[in-house]
Amino acid sequence: MTALPEPAIRTPAAVDKGESLLRRRFSEFFESTGAAFGLALLILLLGAAIFAPWIAPQNPYDLAQLDIMDGRLAPGAKGLDGRTFHLGTDEQGRDMLSAILYGLRISLFVGVVSTVAACSIGAAVGVLAAYKGGRVENLVMRAVDLQLSFPAILIALVLLAVFGRGIDKVIIALVVVQWAYYARTVRGSALVERGRDYIEAARCLALPKSRIVFRHLLPNCLPPLIVVATVQVAHAIALEATLSFLGVGVPVTEPSLGMLIKNGYDYLMSGKYWISTYPGIALVIAIVAINIVGDRLRDVLNPRLSK
Amino acid sequence: MLAYFIRRVGQALLTVAVMATIVFLSIYAVGNPVDILANPNADAKEMAEIAARLGLDRPLHEQFGLFVWNALHGDLGRSFVFNEPALKLIAQRMPATLELALVALLLSIFIGIPLGVWAGLRPESISGRSIMTGSILGFSLPNFWIGLMLILLFAVELRWLPSGGRGPTTTVLGLPVTFLTWEGLRHLMLPALTLALYKASLVVRLARAGTREAMLQDYVRFARAKGISPTRIVLVHVLKNIMIPVVTVLGLELGSMIAFAVVTETVFAYPGMGKLLIDSIGRLDRPVIVAYLMMVVVVFVVINLVVDLIYAALDPRVRLTEVEA
Repeated sequence: MTALPEPAIRTPAAVDKGESLLRRRFSEFFESTGAAFGLALLILLLGAAIFAPWIAPQNPYDLAQLDIMDGRLAPGAKGLDGRTFHLGTDEQGRDMLSAILYGLRISLFVGVVSTVAACSIGAAVGVLAAYKGGRVENLVMRAVDLQLSFPAILIALVLLAVFGRGIDKVIIALVVVQWAYYARTVRGSALVERGRDYIEAARCLALPKSRIVFRHLLPNCLPPLIVVATVQVAHAIALEATLSFLGVGVPVTEPSLGMLIKNGYDYLMSGKYWISTYPGIALVIAIVAINIVGDRLRDVLNPRLSK
Repeated sequence: MLAYFIRRVGQALLTVAVMATIVFLSIYAVGNPVDILANPNADAKEMAEIAARLGLDRPLHEQFGLFVWNALHGDLGRSFVFNEPALKLIAQRMPATLELALVALLLSIFIGIPLGVWAGLRPESISGRSIMTGSILGFSLPNFWIGLMLILLFAVELRWLPSGGRGPTTTVLGLPVTFLTWEGLRHLMLPALTLALYKASLVVRLARAGTREAMLQDYVRFARAKGISPTRIVLVHVLKNIMIPVVTVLGLELGSMIAFAVVTETVFAYPGMGKLLIDSIGRLDRPVIVAYLMMVVVVFVVINLVVDLIYAALDPRVRLTEVEA
C-alpha cells in the first residue's frame, strides 16, 4: 500500500502564514503614501516630544534662562543676548519653540496615557460583560448608554471642576469619559467571537474562566479596538486642549499646547498672533497625523476590505 | 404602547434623580465658596455669618434634603454671587445660547448638504475628495482653535467682523434676539460658524452617503429615463430622500450643540449659558453650576425620551423586543 501524502498541509505553513499576516498588514499600510507620511510625521513629533529637554533651545520653565525684556518678541526677532527667537516669545520672554516642544510632551503624554488606561479598563469591562451576559451585561451597558448620551466635554468639565487642576486629574477625567467607547466596541466584537468554535474548545478543556476571557476572547477582539484607540488618542489630545483652554485642565506650571493657546488668547486682539497660532499649529499637525494613521489602520485591519 | 410609555417615562425620571444626586453631591464636595465670597480681611466671625446665610454650615445630608425639597418645588437655589434665583440667571442667558445653537444648526445644514451632495455625486473627483478631507479636519480639529483663527482673520487682520460679545437685541415674542439687525448678525456670524463646523462635517458625511445610495435607486433611473434634468433630479428627488437621516441626527445633536456652546461662548465672550457656567465654576457659585447641569440633564433626557417614544410609535418591533428583554 502506497503511503498517503502527509495530511499536514496546514501545520508548518499555517505558522508561517501567521507571521507573514502581520508583515502583509505592515506592507499594506505603507501602500498609501499619505499614511506613510502621516506615520513619519507622528514619529517625528513623538521624538520631538520625548527629546524636548535636549533639543529645545532653552528650558522654558527655568526662570533663570528667561528675560522679561525679551517679552512678546515677534517671530525671528533677536533677544537681548543676541539669540534669535524663530517663533517669537510669550509675555514672559519665553521662547515659543521651546514652550511648544515641552507643551507637545505634556499633550501627547496626557493623550497616550489616558487612552491606554481607558482602553484597558473599557476592554476588560466590555469583554467581561459580553462573556458573562445577563444581569452584569445589562448593568454595564446601561451605564455605558447613560454616559454616552451626555457630551464628553461636559462630563469632563464637571469632573475637573470637582477635582481641581492637575495633569493626573485631567488623565482621570479623560479616562472616565472615554472608557465607555471601548467597552461598547469590545462588547460588540466579543459577542460575535463568543459563539466561535475555539471558545467552545477552550471551555471543553475546562480552562479557567479568566484565562478564556483574557487569553482567548480578548485578543481576538483587538483589531477594532486598536482602530478606535488610535483615533481616540487624537480626541483625547483635543479634549485636553479644550479643557485647558477653558481653564480647568493642566496647571499653569505644566502648560500643555492648549494652555499655551489660552495664554496667547489675551494677546490675539492686539495682533500678537504667534503666541496662540504656533502652539495651535503644532496641535493640529499632531491630531491630523494621528487621524491619518488611524484611518489607514482601519482600512488595513478591516476584514471586509482585506484581500 | 401604554406600558412601554410608562416604563420609559419611569426610566427617564430615574435618570434625572440619579444625575441630580451625583451632581449635587459632587459639586457640594468642592472647595469652600466662603473663601471666595468673603472680603479678604474678614475675620472668622464674618466668615461664619456668610456660611450661615448661605446655609453652608449645615450637614451635607440636610443641605441635600433641602435641595431636593426645593427642586421639587421648582427652585434650584439662589446664586451665591448675584443673590438671585439660579434658574432666573440661566433663563436670562438661555435665549442667547438658543439663538446661537439654532443659527449654527441652520448654518451646518446650509454648508453641509450642498457639499455632501456634491461629494456624493462625484465621489472620486478631486473636489469630492477635498470635501471629505475637509470634513475629517472639521471633525478632528479642536473647535476653540478654529474659533481663535477666525477671530484672528476676520476681526484682527481684516477688521470685517467684531471679535466677540453679543449685538444689540430686539424683542420678538418676549425673547431678546439679535438676528434681526445687521449689527446683531455681524456679532453672531463668527461664533455660529465655529459652532456649526463640527456638525457641518457630520452632515457632509451623511449627505454624501445618502446621495451615493440614492443615485443608484430605481426612482432616479426612472426620472432620468423620463428626461428630467439632472439638476431637478438632485434638487427634488435625491434631496428629499437624504433629508430624513440628516434631520433625525441633527435633532439628536441639538442638545450636544447647547453643551458645546460652552467652548464657543468662552472663545467669543458671548453672554450665554455656557459662559455663565464657566464663570460660575471659577467663582464656585454652586447653585448656578447645579442648576445649569440639571437643566442640561433634563434637556438630554427629554430629547432621548421623545426620540424613543417616536420610534416606538412608528416601529412596533421596538416596544415588543423591550417587553421580551
